Order: sequence, then structure tokens, then C-alpha cells
Amino acid sequence: MKNQLSYFQIYLALVGAGVALIGLGFSVPTLGAAPILATFFALATASLIRFVSPFSLWLDGALAVFGAIALIVSLPAAGQMPLHHWLALISAWAFAWLFVERLSAAIRAGKLPETGTGLIIPIIFGLSLLVMWEVVTRGANVPMVLLPPPSAIGARLMAETSILWADFVQTFIKSVLPGYAIGCLAGLLVAIAVDRSPFLKAGLLPIGNFMSALPIIGIAPIMVMWFGFDWQSKAAVVVAMTFFPMLVNTVAGLNAASTIERDLMRTYAADYWQTLMKLRLPAAAPFIFNALKINSTLALIGAIVAEFFGTPVVGMGFRISTGVGRLAIDLVWAEIAVAAIAGSAFYGVIALIERGVTFWHPSVRGGRA
Amino acid sequence: MKQELRVRHLSEKTQNNAGGTAPDAAAVIRAEHLGLTFPAGDGDIVALNDVNLTIEKGEFVSFIGPSGCGKTTFLRAIADLERPTSGTLTINGMSPEAARKSRAYGYVFQASALYPWRTIEKNVALPLEIMGHSAADQAERVKRTLELVNLSGFEKKYPWQLSGGMQQRASIARALSFDADLLLMDEPFGALDEIVRDHLNSELLKLWARTEKTICFVTHSIPEAVYLSTKIVVMSPRPGRVTDVIVSTLPKERPLDIRETPEFLEIAARVRDGLRAGHSYDEEHV
Repeated sequence: MKNQLSYFQIYLALVGAGVALIGLGFSVPTLGAAPILATFFALATASLIRFVSPFSLWLDGALAVFGAIALIVSLPAAGQMPLHHWLALISAWAFAWLFVERLSAAIRAGKLPETGTGLIIPIIFGLSLLVMWEVVTRGANVPMVLLPPPSAIGARLMAETSILWADFVQTFIKSVLPGYAIGCLAGLLVAIAVDRSPFLKAGLLPIGNFMSALPIIGIAPIMVMWFGFDWQSKAAVVVAMTFFPMLVNTVAGLNAASTIERDLMRTYAADYWQTLMKLRLPAAAPFIFNALKINSTLALIGAIVAEFFGTPVVGMGFRISTGVGRLAIDLVWAEIAVAAIAGSAFYGVIALIERGVTFWHPSVRGGRA
Repeated sequence: MKQELRVRHLSEKTQNNAGGTAPDAAAVIRAEHLGLTFPAGDGDIVALNDVNLTIEKGEFVSFIGPSGCGKTTFLRAIADLERPTSGTLTINGMSPEAARKSRAYGYVFQASALYPWRTIEKNVALPLEIMGHSAADQAERVKRTLELVNLSGFEKKYPWQLSGGMQQRASIARALSFDADLLLMDEPFGALDEIVRDHLNSELLKLWARTEKTICFVTHSIPEAVYLSTKIVVMSPRPGRVTDVIVSTLPKERPLDIRETPEFLEIAARVRDGLRAGHSYDEEHV
């Protein structure tokens, strides 16, 4: 198999190998101090051989991974890192980019299957970001208060699992999930009522609109006064936040069934509920899932922000606000990491259910209407 | 003045034609002085004007005419999807609304209107579910009607996995599944290519012979109308009205090559003349 490189790929290969060559020159005096880094430089320089005998894209990937490991292993414990570390960072980054470029080109050309291999690209991208974050924060001695390295956040994540778990239960399980369920269900039911009655449409839609326009930092303290310090007030904030997107989307979705599909129901002399259950709600499903997805992230944000305004001494928002005050920034970042993972997982679960329920929709089956 | 005279003259002709073969007792559809006007911002649109027509049990009636002649509107009025604004219209002696509520007809639309989240068998079972048939009865009827339209073996497929012709056959099966005596078809094969259309036309004729249903069929193809019908209603636009009713002399058994016979061509010529008469009216006045 011939590996034709594009101009851009050749450029990346030259940057990677060229910078490594300079790095090799710099590290000659200190070869003994960081032998693994020197090995990387040597291998990266040797990759120039590709212009004589081309090699597989997986070797570029292996080179990038090796470079990343070499960098992290040989980071100095304290103080600024020497220049050749920066060179190694640039070189490893160039090889990672080259690898992803060649991989996506191969997938596009049909040489590699999309499923599975397609997943490698975002993973490499995410890992590269983490490695650069780690190397830059530690190498350039960035103060912990500004930005802790991922390793410190990870360490804190491991050390404080019980606190983080308690916060997760308080915020996500107790506030977000019930609030989300109540808000979405209420939005759905009110949308059905609004759709049926022009009177409610005139009355309730503006109120829903009004509620969505209320600033969360305004309603959160009020909810605390109404429902107390515990999770109930946070759940109430989440209800207020998730209600309107569901209302608007469902109202639009209930009109998604075409005239001809409704006429069909009319020719069968179907009653209102039959038409609703067998035609209009299934046709509205893509809209409803849109709202469920929007709300999955809104709900978490709402609950966390609401915890800034009075809370028992547990919860993700509470931990973040007090963590910032105590300069325990790594704990704040650990909470942010938990929130990000929980939010993405929540969204992912909803999206998976959506694929199962609206399998027939052109946007899911990838066909024409 | 001239316009009114002409309309009256034509509708008289219509009545004569329809009256010639109509014993009232067997009338499935009766329209008398039927008018339907759509309100519009700049003057009302007269979709149907003084339509008189009788359709008997077991007839295959085609409605033909250029777009805007009210043929679809007339079919929709029969189905109680539009409300006539004047005149009377009865289906089996009932008002259109009562007929719809007694599930007197099956309607086949221009598009198949199959629900994409239901499999073919679930789509065909949809009217049965609504009308409250038992599960066993549903299964039996779905099987029978899918056999009738040659779709056995596609029960578990989704509509979007089938060709346009198969989708339209499934929608015909759906209209047949609850065994209404009247079948209303609004250009059901309009979006299909000529070859598929020929095939479905001859299948439809066989199905009509087997089930002895009354069929009202809207089309804008002259060969299709002549090939299928026992009676051809020629309509003309602005205002929508019936200009001619032609009773076909073709035998009930019709192979596809009947379309080459002189008899067929003669009827087709008469339909074409009727359509032209409707158009010459346009040219005089525009």
C-alpha cells in the first residue's frame, strides 16, 4: 500500500522531525539527565526516513504517544523546564497532528473502517490537550491558583472521592433529576393543554415566556426562601429552567404532523386522544427529545448556580463557591470535572434513547424524508 | 351573462348524461347543485359550482380535469374533509359527516401518508386499531389486504425502506383493511413513473373486480381515466364544474393493450374534447 502524503502532511512531518533534530542538538550536553527524551528526539529525527521509504500512519501515532510519555516522565520536579522540553512538546504535538491527519484521510479514502477508528481521533485530540495542559502548567510553573495541572486535579479527584460523591448525590441525584423530571413533564403536559385550548395558548404561553426570561440568580434566592435550604429549592430552580424549553418545543412538535397525516386520521373518524397518541405525539418526538437534550445541560447548570445562594454544607455548587474562597482551586476543578462528566453522560444517555425512539426520523436513519 | 348561460347549458348536459343510467335506489353518492367556495382575501375562490352527479354502487368513476378544476375538492367534500357551501351531497343517503363517522369510505391520498414510525403491517392496522377491532381480527385483515395488494413478505419493513410504488400499494391496503364499500382515491399514482403506474392500474382493476367496491378516482391522465373507469367525469376550472360525463363502453375485462383499440381511442378523444371545451372558455375571457 502506497502512502501518498499531502503537502500539509509533509509540512507537519518536517516540523516534527526538524524540531526534534534541534532538540537532539540541545540535549547532547544533558543526554544522561533525560535519556528517554533523547531517545524520542533520535526516533523523531529518524522518521525523516519516510521520504525514502514511507511507513504506516500507526508509527506516527506511536511516535506521538512515546513523545508524550517521554515528556511527562522527564518533567523536572520543580522550576522552569529547559528549552529542549518545549521542543519535544512541539515535536510530539506535530506528530499527533500528523497521525490524526493521516488517519482521517485514510478513513475518508475508505482504507479504514469509520466505526472504532473514528473514535481514535477525538481521543487523541483530548489526550493532546491534557498533555499540553500538564506540560505547560508544570513546565512554565503556572501558579496552582491560576490553573492546576490535570495530574493535581486527578490526584484530588482520587483523594476526595467521598466528598465528591456526597456532592454529586446532593446536586445531581437529589436536585437535578427530580427537577428535570418535573419540569420536563410539566412542560409536556402544559404544551398539550395549550395546544388544545386557544384560551390557554393566549394565557399560558406568555407566562412560560416570562418565566424563562427570569434571571436564575434572581429566582434562586426566592426559591430558597420558599422551599428551604435543602435540595427542594434547587429542584424548584431546575423546574423553572427546564419548563419553558420543553413547552415551546412540544407546542412546535405537536404541529409537526402534516396535513395529509391528520386528514387520514379524520377519515377514520379518530377522536382527539387517538390522534394525539397515534399521530401527533410520535410526530413530535424529535422536538421533545431536542428539549430533553437542551434541558439535560441546563438542569445541571441551574442546580449548581442555585447552590451559590444558601445550601446545606454539601453540593457541587457549594463546594465550588467555598473552594474558590479557600483557594482550593484543585478541588474546584475536580468538581468541574465531575460536573462535566455527569452532564455529558446525562446528555449521552438522552441522545441514546432518542436514537432508539426516533429511529424513523430522517436525521437519525440518515435517509431522505 | 354568457358565462352563466354556458355553465347552465353544460350542467344540463351533465344531468342528462347522469340521469340516463341512474335508478335512485342504488345511488352511493348524490350531488345536487353542489357549490363550494373558499373565502380568500381578495374575493372568494369558487372551487365547485353547481355540480350535479350520481354515482351508483359498483361503479368506477374517474374525475379528470386540469389543476384547479375542483376534482380533488369534490372528493374531499365526499370525504367530509371540506364543507360544501351550497347544494346537497349525500353518501349512502347520509350527510358526508355521518358517512365519515360511520366509516363509509377508505381514502387514498396523493402521497402514501404512511407513518414512518410504524411498520407496514402496523400502518395497515392503524384504522383497525382506531376502530377497535380485536388483535386477532387485525392480524387476519392485515394479512388478507397485504396479499390483495401483493405486499406479503414486507410486513416488518418500514415505509421508508420501500419504493414509492410499494408505499402507495401499502396505503391502498390500509384503505381497504376495514372493508368500506367506497374507495376514494386522489391521484394515488400521480407521483409514480409510467411503468409502475401501468402495473398498479391493472392491479387496481383486478382488485375492483374482486371486491366490487365503488371507486372514485381523481386523475389528470386521459389514458388512466379511460382505462380504469366505467364513467368519466370531465371537469373544468374557474369556476370548478362538471363539463361532461362519459359512460365507458369498454368491457369490464381490460388487458393493458385495450389501450390500442379504436373504441378506447374514441373515448379518449371525447375526453380530450371535453377538456378542450373547458379550456376554450378560459381563452375567451382572459
